[in-house]
Amino acid sequence: MKQTIYTLFMAILLLASPLSYSASTGVHLDSVDIDLSDKESLQRGANLFMNNCLSCHAASYMRYNRMARDIGLSEEEVKENLIFGSDKIGDTMTIAMRPDDAKKWFGVTPPDLSVIARARGTDWLYTYLRTFYIDSTKPIGTNNLVFKDSAMPHIFWQQQGYMHQDENGQLVNKGQKSTVDAEKSNVGNQITESEYNTLVRDLVNFMAYISEPSKIQRLAMGHWVLLYILLFTVIAYFMKKAFWEDIH
Amino acid sequence: MSLLSWVDERFPASKLWKEHLAEYYAPKNFNFWYFFGSLALLVLVLQIVTGIFLTMNYKPDAQLAFASVEYIMRDVQWGWLIRYLHSTGASAFFIVVYLHMFRGLIYGSYKQPRELVWIFGMLIYVALMAEAFMGYLLPWGQMSYWGAQVIISLFGAIPVIGEELALWIRGDFVVADATLNRFFAFHVIAVPFVLVALVVMHIIALHEVGSNNPDGIEIKQQKDEKGIPLDGIPFHPYYSVKDIVGVGVFLFIFALVVFYMPELDGWFLEKDNFIPADPLKTPEHIVPLWYFTPFYAILRAVPDKLFGVLAMGGAIVVLFLLPWLDRSPVKSIRYRGPLFRWALTLFIISFLALGYLGTQPATGLYTIMARVFAIVYFAFFLFMPIYTKLDNDKPVPERVNFK
Repeated sequence: MKQTIYTLFMAILLLASPLSYSASTGVHLDSVDIDLSDKESLQRGANLFMNNCLSCHAASYMRYNRMARDIGLSEEEVKENLIFGSDKIGDTMTIAMRPDDAKKWFGVTPPDLSVIARARGTDWLYTYLRTFYIDSTKPIGTNNLVFKDSAMPHIFWQQQGYMHQDENGQLVNKGQKSTVDAEKSNVGNQITESEYNTLVRDLVNFMAYISEPSKIQRLAMGHWVLLYILLFTVIAYFMKKAFWEDIH
Repeated sequence: MSLLSWVDERFPASKLWKEHLAEYYAPKNFNFWYFFGSLALLVLVLQIVTGIFLTMNYKPDAQLAFASVEYIMRDVQWGWLIRYLHSTGASAFFIVVYLHMFRGLIYGSYKQPRELVWIFGMLIYVALMAEAFMGYLLPWGQMSYWGAQVIISLFGAIPVIGEELALWIRGDFVVADATLNRFFAFHVIAVPFVLVALVVMHIIALHEVGSNNPDGIEIKQQKDEKGIPLDGIPFHPYYSVKDIVGVGVFLFIFALVVFYMPELDGWFLEKDNFIPADPLKTPEHIVPLWYFTPFYAILRAVPDKLFGVLAMGGAIVVLFLLPWLDRSPVKSIRYRGPLFRWALTLFIISFLALGYLGTQPATGLYTIMARVFAIVYFAFFLFMPIYTKLDNDKPVPERVNFK
């Protein structure tokens, strides 16, 4: 009987084995270390997000003041440095661009990023933001390894530089000098690969945070709940034993 | 005159307490498998209570539904906890109900005189599937939307009236606001009402005939001079205190999921359901939640749509017939012969395998495997009258085993 129970639970556990490949393209996804207690990473991520993402993409379920509280910034700091439009601190992170206009200009409305980390997964985002490459057959000049024919341009080309795909399908960094931006790319702020990985990690960490801000609360109280239930169960067990003593 | 006797003269409070708890004699040899009935009741209450609080902020409107769920997750005090309790509770409900049904299967709890207990239980299971299916539309994510689209379109396979019927169910040509509104009404009022009524009947029927036990012995056949079964003990306090231990263990595992892995890697909350419903964009793989996948695999295993739907329905209907398909005089697996044990083992393997295959794309080898396991699934029931009759059952003792 014990074996039957064991088998059943193992079957349930087996079902819950993780997937580490992109469902659509089958590209291996690099795993990213998500740490919501790393406030500095979240703050850097917030900065990157507000400056780079929050003009085409909205995060319309996420409020600025909630973010300020959770990532360790004062409301003043957020108002001064991270709110660029006329938004109030209690507002959600919306954008001025209308979805219909966006569709006209990009061919697709850039998705709301509030829960994107839960829809795509953090590994997917981390890999996606690091695998843009030059593809002259595309109207925007770039393509992406995990999201084929993505309509999104390579936002961080100045930091990462441009990648090319070699004969084996591997991506090779050719720097900022590229067929697309040969003339304009005299911006001298390309960073090293590991610095770029950190940058993307901070951004993905932040997107993981906004996808479920209550996760911080959830993880913080989880062990107290478990401890309470454990004590409850132990007491219940001894109560059961005491009651059952006279049953033979 | 005490308050209780005042009430008792007007309402059978003490009588009900005695009949169903203090003087309901249950066999003393209940084991691990006997926790899941009371746990199912606990989860039912949990779902109703959390559901009430969710409806206070949820908006059954195609334009607002997805955002209102995120509003609950972020802006409603403890909203995230209520929502995770409800979403985890849905899967937990099926886990405890499947284990509860499995218990019935191994100890022959469906057999005479408990046929109606089993029938009411099966009706609860069917109502539960309807409840889960309609509830899953409410978050209005991609999987909610396309799952409902696929399942409702199955009604279209019925000859002549099929398409009209599907249209009538949806209230629109595709799953739309009208569908969401009616599913909300069914999920929140109609089906829970039916569920609770069926649970009451399930328990009344059980308490009329008395509980089975791991030895499959009728304890009422051996009574003392006062008419109390020799192997029976009052449900309260013995099983009330024992079930509380089970509740503790269950809640520990449940809280582990709620607080540390509410999505359970896509098995309890699917990734695609964090993308708002988009009628113009079909997801690559439309996968129902895990508790439907064995039946979904059977549906897809059959090449013809109509026969697929019939097979899927048949897979549930045969479960209703179990009390009459089983011809063995012995209830418990402890005294059953090898034929039943083998058949049951193959059935369990098939059910789990179908559950897995239902989550995978229906291609090549997977389809063939689904066909094989679907045949084994049906063979278990179809040949049951034969192998249970031929089986080399062991003699059943008069009194239960209790260490």
